Amino acid sequence: MGESVPWIKYIELYVSSTATPSEQAASVDEVATLLKKGIFSLETLVKEMEMYLTTTDSIVRSRGNLLLAELLDKLASKPLSSSSIHSLVGFFTERLADWKALRGALVGCLALLRRTADVGNVTDSDAKAVADSYLQNLQVQSFGQHDRKVSLAKLSTLGMLIKSLSGCNRGFDGGFLKPCRLKDTNEVLLHVKFPSSLTKGDNLVYGICEAVDGEKDPECLFLVFHIVECLGQIYPDPSGPLANYAEDMFEILGSYFPIHFTHPNGEDDDTKREELSRALMVSNLFHGTMWSQPKLKLLKQSALPEDVYKENLDTYLYSDVFQLSFASTPLFEPFSIPLLLEKLSSSLPSTKVESFKYLSYCTLKYGPERMASHAEVLWSSVKYAIYMSPQCTPTKDSELFGGMGFKDSDVMMQAFVLLQEVIQQYGDFISLVLGDNDINAFLNSLNQYNEMDDIPSLAKQRLHVVGHILSICAKPSPALCNKVFNSCFPLLMESLGLSVEKSINGYLDEDCSPPAKFNLAAIYLCTELLAACRYVAVSLDSSTPALEFSQQTWSTMLNNSCKPLVKTFFSLLRSTEADQRASSGVYFGVKGLEILATFPESFLLASNSLYDNILSEFVRTVTSGSHETFLWTLTLKALTEIGLFANKHPESAKSVIFEKIVVEKFVSLIPSGESTMPSSLKLKAAFEIGGTRKEFMFKVVHALSAAIYTNFSAAYDEGNHESGKLMIQLLDTYTEKVLPWFLKIGGFEEIPLNFALGIWEKIEHTMYLNLSALEIAMGAGYKDLLSAIMTAMKKAVGSCSKESQEIIINKAFGVLSSSTSFGFESGSSLVKEEDVKQNLNPSDSSCKHEWLTSLFASVIIALRPQTSIPNGKMIIQLFIKSLLNGHVPSAHALGSLVNKLPLEINGMNCSENLTLNKALDMISPTFTGISHHDKVSQNNGSGVDFSSLRLNTLRMQSGINTAIGLAWIGKGLLMRGHEKVKDITMALLSLLMLDREGVDSKELQIIDVEDMHQLRTTAADAFHIIMSDSGECLNRAYHATIRPLYKQRFFSTIMPIFLSLLIKSDASLVSPTYTSRSMLYRAFAHVVSDTPLIAVLAESKKIVPILLECLSVLSKDVANKDIIYNVLLVISGILLEKNGQEAAVENAPIIINLLIDLTTFQHMMAIRETAIQCLVAMTELPYTRIYPLRTKVLQATSKALDDPKRIVRQEAVRCRQSWASIASRTLRF
Amino acid sequence: MASNMVSGLINANPVVYEKKERRTRSAPVDTRNQHSILLPFCGMGGRLGAIICSYQSLTEAELLDNLAYQGKSLKGYYIKDPEHPYSLEELKVITEDAIEVDDKRSYVRVTFTPTVEHCSMATVIGLCLRVKLMRSLPPRYKVDIRVAPGSHASEAAVNKQLNDKERVAAALENPNLVDMVDECLAPSLI
Repeated sequence: MGESVPWIKYIELYVSSTATPSEQAASVDEVATLLKKGIFSLETLVKEMEMYLTTTDSIVRSRGNLLLAELLDKLASKPLSSSSIHSLVGFFTERLADWKALRGALVGCLALLRRTADVGNVTDSDAKAVADSYLQNLQVQSFGQHDRKVSLAKLSTLGMLIKSLSGCNRGFDGGFLKPCRLKDTNEVLLHVKFPSSLTKGDNLVYGICEAVDGEKDPECLFLVFHIVECLGQIYPDPSGPLANYAEDMFEILGSYFPIHFTHPNGEDDDTKREELSRALMVSNLFHGTMWSQPKLKLLKQSALPEDVYKENLDTYLYSDVFQLSFASTPLFEPFSIPLLLEKLSSSLPSTKVESFKYLSYCTLKYGPERMASHAEVLWSSVKYAIYMSPQCTPTKDSELFGGMGFKDSDVMMQAFVLLQEVIQQYGDFISLVLGDNDINAFLNSLNQYNEMDDIPSLAKQRLHVVGHILSICAKPSPALCNKVFNSCFPLLMESLGLSVEKSINGYLDEDCSPPAKFNLAAIYLCTELLAACRYVAVSLDSSTPALEFSQQTWSTMLNNSCKPLVKTFFSLLRSTEADQRASSGVYFGVKGLEILATFPESFLLASNSLYDNILSEFVRTVTSGSHETFLWTLTLKALTEIGLFANKHPESAKSVIFEKIVVEKFVSLIPSGESTMPSSLKLKAAFEIGGTRKEFMFKVVHALSAAIYTNFSAAYDEGNHESGKLMIQLLDTYTEKVLPWFLKIGGFEEIPLNFALGIWEKIEHTMYLNLSALEIAMGAGYKDLLSAIMTAMKKAVGSCSKESQEIIINKAFGVLSSSTSFGFESGSSLVKEEDVKQNLNPSDSSCKHEWLTSLFASVIIALRPQTSIPNGKMIIQLFIKSLLNGHVPSAHALGSLVNKLPLEINGMNCSENLTLNKALDMISPTFTGISHHDKVSQNNGSGVDFSSLRLNTLRMQSGINTAIGLAWIGKGLLMRGHEKVKDITMALLSLLMLDREGVDSKELQIIDVEDMHQLRTTAADAFHIIMSDSGECLNRAYHATIRPLYKQRFFSTIMPIFLSLLIKSDASLVSPTYTSRSMLYRAFAHVVSDTPLIAVLAESKKIVPILLECLSVLSKDVANKDIIYNVLLVISGILLEKNGQEAAVENAPIIINLLIDLTTFQHMMAIRETAIQCLVAMTELPYTRIYPLRTKVLQATSKALDDPKRIVRQEAVRCRQSWASIASRTLRF
Repeated sequence: MASNMVSGLINANPVVYEKKERRTRSAPVDTRNQHSILLPFCGMGGRLGAIICSYQSLTEAELLDNLAYQGKSLKGYYIKDPEHPYSLEELKVITEDAIEVDDKRSYVRVTFTPTVEHCSMATVIGLCLRVKLMRSLPPRYKVDIRVAPGSHASEAAVNKQLNDKERVAAALENPNLVDMVDECLAPSLI
């Protein structure tokens, strides 16, 4: 007894009326945990609690019962012996009569009934006893009202009651998770449970009717729906107990239709909804028939935006549960269908939608026999909704769909669903549809319209609807397809001037030309019908032998009129207007041909020759196109679709024909320059067609590479600038389309590998690069060609694996070292100034040198970190040398190298391979004049040694190059999180702060002020390079090492440095225009605008004053407009955040003055616009702070009202409105 | 003027029309009514220069947009009818056709149609329009506000009252009227 004291305490706490609900809940949890751990058994607990369970004090008794019940609920997954379950259920059943302790009894019963078989559940006889006692003792609806003494809220009591009732039901339907028992033992169960008389079932139904009548609480209602659904499953017998009460039951149920759950907006609303949906999904009350997880997921994935989805979740839930209960038994049919049909005439669209939804569901559940009697009414209501008053709106891109792109309203969509459901269930329904007078009259009236644009909008909508109806009717089965074809196809053919009969003479003669004008409406319907028919054919294809197709009427009809149809479509394509605009004729022509070409092989008898013709026609259309017209794009798309279809069976005749006619044609087009097609179109078409199958794409790639190599030779050996231009396009296609395509598929590494090797091969063999001739021939395009090759090389190398990359780099290095212009003699460890000088003169050899270096840099940039690099030292020297000559790709390559080189190498030949430290040792002296080891010893934070910049001060141009190099190297180091970046930063800052004082007087003479300025600007812009993302190198595609949050880290290290430097430079205002101060601000602006806003916000107190100063300094020079804009964006970001607003409050007057100045910034509209937007954001600041500035702002913005740009004026109006309304009394300003 | 509240609403059951979709920011910029202008400016080092920039003239649609804007939300609503929570566009009191803008001559004319002939709210609506236009147009514009011909019983009187500078100024000094105008122009959260 001694050790049981702790948990007795919890029981006492729970039972006592003074404890708070949270304490009580906690104590239940505690006891439950102890029980689960098996510290003591349930029996012990019951024994200990005996006093609380049986005391005459009703409050204590009810609480005691509730505690036991809640514990049982928590222990749902703990196995219990059948005897203890039996005794517990007996106890609670008895307690049902005790209205004072009712809640506990209900919760307890429910908890026990919910138990699953594997942990011990309630026996059938016990369940019966519960139900009996329930029906005997409880009058649900009257209960809550008269029993006000029960200290429980009415709603929760009712909820409990109905929940337990619903639990009972689970007992009946064999739902102790043994659904197999449902059918055969239903009778037995009922008999066992209600052995006393036949009327017991009646009693139950009656009792339930009584219990659920007039329920208003949504949660209980939910359960009511479920109970009715269960009843429907238990008593399917038309003479069973439910049948007698079906009408009453439905009356209760029907009064809730249509259900729409609106909830008040409130705090606890969310939790309630959450609880509700959790209760639905977690408790397997619902057999997984409905709100199962997949369905919810489906709903989430649907186009609904998140908030709409959340908002409507309840409605969906209720509607679905309700729908289930509605359709739970066919016994409801005589009552529910008339009700739903009646509700269709409601003026509320949502009611109509619901009614159609329920009707579709009921159709599915009630079965064809019962629905047959309603067929006519159903058709007329569906017809009314979709045909008589169609509510569909043309979509925005309707033009692109031949003017027939429509978006149906919700009502129409549901009506179509119903139609589909009914036709699927009850095929005879189709005779109603096809025999409909209105629709037939409409079909006959189509002849009056020749042009799509002539058709009035209502008729167009109807046309769309009829097309949809026919397609729905024909799709479900071949038999239905037959019927639709029989009734409509001859009519349509007739209006096209064609015949369905197999005739030898007459119109079908080869030389007879089709009419000049077509009935486009009929053609539209034809394509819809063909599409439906193709759907049927495809779905039959796998199972049916070819012979059966030919026996179908529709098949015969279609086969007979195939040729003339194709001819008709052809002439639509060839019509003169086809070229100009998105004409509907062209659209339907292409569409129709596409459908005919994608019929299964076994279907059309004359299929192969027809297929040939269609493909040839399409190919002709595409190859004769001179620019991307509507027809051209459409045809190409149709060809790809046909290709995709044909390639589902790669061995089939269709696929072979496709390859022969289409693929080979397009592949052969790639290298030839003769065809009328511009090369961009050729490449696009080839890529699209190649995309239909891997093997085809290989062919395309092969042709593409071959073309690239041929043009390469042509361009370099002969200086042919046409080839150069073509080459740019080829390379672009290769990098932008082909390579990504293979990457997406994966596993085709040899393609980029071969490409890269091929290019190097070409370079090797074209030793006498006639580059100057090419440069002269191509002019500006020359640079484009180089960058195109570089990009292609980077992309190709980047998509290779480590092993392939090693092959490429070895090859590339081989080519490089065999070239004479590179003096790779051993021993030249440092770059000599003579080298620099020597290479400054551009000449033919340096031009070639540039090409080789650029390509090699591209390879280096895209390497993986694991790839080992041969002759690293030489490579670094090469890059340093060319960088100092102003070769930017070399800087990229150096940056990539320091980003990816390993810190240490474990292995035998470590002297061969390059490590990061070795590389830095080589790089540092050149750029900062301090070697790695020196730096370690003197790096006591003493700042920057100006004298070390010997090289830079000597010649400004190489200083600028150094700055660029430092920027990229710094970026590489920063991204991997290397500490050395600090040295680089300091070096850059010293360049930036460089002024005349730092230079010897002797050198001063040779330094031009402009050059000096340019150097410092470059140094400041280096910070932009360091912080921004680059597409050229150092990104994920090129396998850069990227440490998370590196920007934030850099921001927080550099900010204090900037702050102190700015304070220092405050004192020394030397020259007014190009002070080092303004350069500092420039660098600062770059850093701030590239840092993620969240990091800036955290520091906003410190940043805002500097930012403002920075803005005012920068705005003096128009050339800074992009930087100004970026800074302004940071400011607007700060103003929109609470954190930032606090910082802004202190500086409000300065901010506003600055912003006002910027509202008249003539050189960039975006700046004016953003400045005004910032002014609007300022109105969020405390009233007292901004009120004094009001007049000023209003005056300033009145100028902006007359801005040349409309957007700015609109912002100004908004701004004035906001500022005027902070003191709306004054209208005059 | 405001005392009619006692006698109930003047038009208790107005016809409400659908609002037209407003042009959004992402829509392609309207290139109509663009022409180049020269703007003098002070450049670097105080040199005087000029840039040529394309000038987008004020158009009817833009003015209507400006009239539509209220408050910070972009779901702009028009100035409200003093009697109903509907915006003036919903009641077809003002439409795009009824606005005339001549940017070159700095002239704007707004013609509005009261919902009923005897609407005593016409002057208030006119006043609201004037205040709103004062806020959204540069001072160079002359604004003319009129009741549509034949739409109001005392058309001439209303027109005269609305375009009389002195009387408008006087009206805006009347606290009751100002309150009412403010109410109409206040951001609505419907």
